[in-house]
Amino acid sequence: MSKHTITLTVNGNEFTREVESRTLLVHFVREDLDLTGTHIGCDTTSCGACTLLVNGRAIKSCTMFAVQANGAAVETIEGVAQNGDLHPLQEGFWEKHGLQCGYCTPGMIMSAKQLLEQNPNPTEEEIRWGISGNLCRCTGYNKIVEAIQYAAAKAREGQTEAGGEEASS
Amino acid sequence: MIPGQFDYHAPTSLDEAVALLGQHGGAKILAGGQSLIPAMRFRLALPEVLIDINGLADLDYIREAVGHLAIGGLTRESALEESAAVQSRYPLLADTARVIADPLVRNLATVGGNLAHADPANDHPAAMLAYNAQVVAHGPQGTRTIAIDDFFTGLFENSLADDEILTEIRIPEPGAGAGGAYLKVERKVGDYAISAVAVQLAMSGDSVSAARIGLTNVSPVPMRASGAEQAVVGQRLTEEVLEAAGRAAAAECDPSADLRGSVDYKRDLTRVLTKRALRKAAERAAGGTS
Repeated sequence: MSKHTITLTVNGNEFTREVESRTLLVHFVREDLDLTGTHIGCDTTSCGACTLLVNGRAIKSCTMFAVQANGAAVETIEGVAQNGDLHPLQEGFWEKHGLQCGYCTPGMIMSAKQLLEQNPNPTEEEIRWGISGNLCRCTGYNKIVEAIQYAAAKAREGQTEAGGEEASS
Repeated sequence: MIPGQFDYHAPTSLDEAVALLGQHGGAKILAGGQSLIPAMRFRLALPEVLIDINGLADLDYIREAVGHLAIGGLTRESALEESAAVQSRYPLLADTARVIADPLVRNLATVGGNLAHADPANDHPAAMLAYNAQVVAHGPQGTRTIAIDDFFTGLFENSLADDEILTEIRIPEPGAGAGGAYLKVERKVGDYAISAVAVQLAMSGDSVSAARIGLTNVSPVPMRASGAEQAVVGQRLTEEVLEAAGRAAAAECDPSADLRGSVDYKRDLTRVLTKRALRKAAERAAGGTS
């Protein structure tokens, strides 16, 4: 059996742990770090419930070994809210009823986070394309798309305000 | 589902990776891992040693070279979607990159892995067959180039030696009057093709001067539709010629019945997709986007 010591940051905090080579990143995050917001759905690289960000890219953490994340910056759903304030995406899912059972939600939010970071003003089609690796069995997706549109609008609004303040100061 | 145990190595140079392959018979290369790790979770693959090449960042590139596009073996599928060169000058490749698995998988999956896995259900084999691409392999004896027609030797089998690594894919630059397209029918996003057809054409006026056609997931080994190619070369793409090409592709493919459909259905789908992909490739050739 091959064991390895890895050091990585998760939600900005550095961790050093010993892992078995075969430990999947999703198991490491949930069981070693106790961050259980990242879900396991299908375990077959299909559903996207386990989506998190590795170096800013949304990936399925059931399809990456923890040892591969050595040196990486990982972000999970637990790191999305800042200082107790919901992220615009979390607020959007709340306001627009973007979830029913909620199982897919952490993965949806992490996929949407990468999408909005790359494309702050996506069309509906681009949103649907961006979350096409994430399955939801409750909502029929419309409310999720609306939640992401809400977040995009909110983020743009925030930027305009910030820009305005800067200009006036 | 947890994979079996294995030893893990993360080399930091290509030569180190090749040396590790030489030391560990039966070792597998871990690139994007989007086919290998699912197979390991099901214990369909039980490699004793994995050699993780994700640290070889110098294998991650898309470069326009003289006469060809060079794609590093470790280039992520998502990079194809983001490449201006691919999007503007290699539409067959751009079509293909959009329909491989889903965006999350494409953030990790590599072009080299998609080819080296030699799965007839993967999308790049047909596209690269249509492009007449070359595969560059690096081993202890140095570097050699393999024509794509000689690369796929069986189901999940390729012509790389055990101690060689696929380092680059070279796609000949389409000339004036060239056009390509990839059309895929899948049950849902992320699924393998029921059938898919890759076409790369060179047009001379209204006539086809050269054609290569690759088929996805309708044969045990990635294949060219040679009969369909012969049906269009030297011809204008009239409805009769398109139908003849479609029927040739339907006859020469060798699909298996499975959850995605019957043999007859897959053959007929291949006929229709061949016609449509030929038409789209010719439209693009006429429109000036190769």
